[in-house]
Amino acid sequence: MALVNTTKGEMDESLLEKREGSVDNDIELTNWTEYWLDGELVHRSVHVSLKTGPALFAEAASFD
Amino acid sequence: MANTQSMCTSFMGDLLVGAQQLGTVTLTSRGSLTAPTTDTVKAALYLASATLNASTTVYSSTGEVSGTNYVAGGVTVTNATAPTSTNSSTTAGVAYWTPSASIVYTNVTLTTAFDCVFLYNSTQGNKAISVHTFGSQTVTAGTFTLTMPSNTTSTALIRLATT
Repeated sequence: MALVNTTKGEMDESLLEKREGSVDNDIELTNWTEYWLDGELVHRSVHVSLKTGPALFAEAASFD
Repeated sequence: MANTQSMCTSFMGDLLVGAQQLGTVTLTSRGSLTAPTTDTVKAALYLASATLNASTTVYSSTGEVSGTNYVAGGVTVTNATAPTSTNSSTTAGVAYWTPSASIVYTNVTLTTAFDCVFLYNSTQGNKAISVHTFGSQTVTAGTFTLTMPSNTTSTALIRLATT
């Protein structure tokens, strides 16, 4: 029996409707998990995996 | 032999650790001039409607998310891996740094869409470090986890590079 933390306290996962989704692009791989009870969202967790950060480019000026 | 114009890669690495100081600045003591402690980095989440960008200079609660179990200012970033600098040629190199663990907000409810994490230095007057965006999200009685990219010259979260 797996318990899920929800807006109504911990609930048995078997009592809930589970929905999952993901996004995959150049910036991130994101997975989310939702649990619904009688049409009400009672839990949503999100895991974002960042693929890279912004790069700052530096330069030394030339006297030429 | 010939000289080659370039920014020294080690200098960029020094910037990340505050080892060189080309102007006067007011710093919070790091305990010792010769064996200083590492500053604390924090990560705060911001609403999709906020306007953080390259001109952001310091942490502000304006536009920050709020909700159950989220503490204003965000969470402390795990920083067990010091910045690294690597040369790729006589003219190019990268200094880089990535938090050494995922950034996790546990058992939070954030019902207004957010799409940004802001890293800042809470030891040095909450000075800005970087802004990172992702797809807009909400969290309900759940956990929001930000897993860091690989700490390499091409993917690290913070990269100072010459080409």
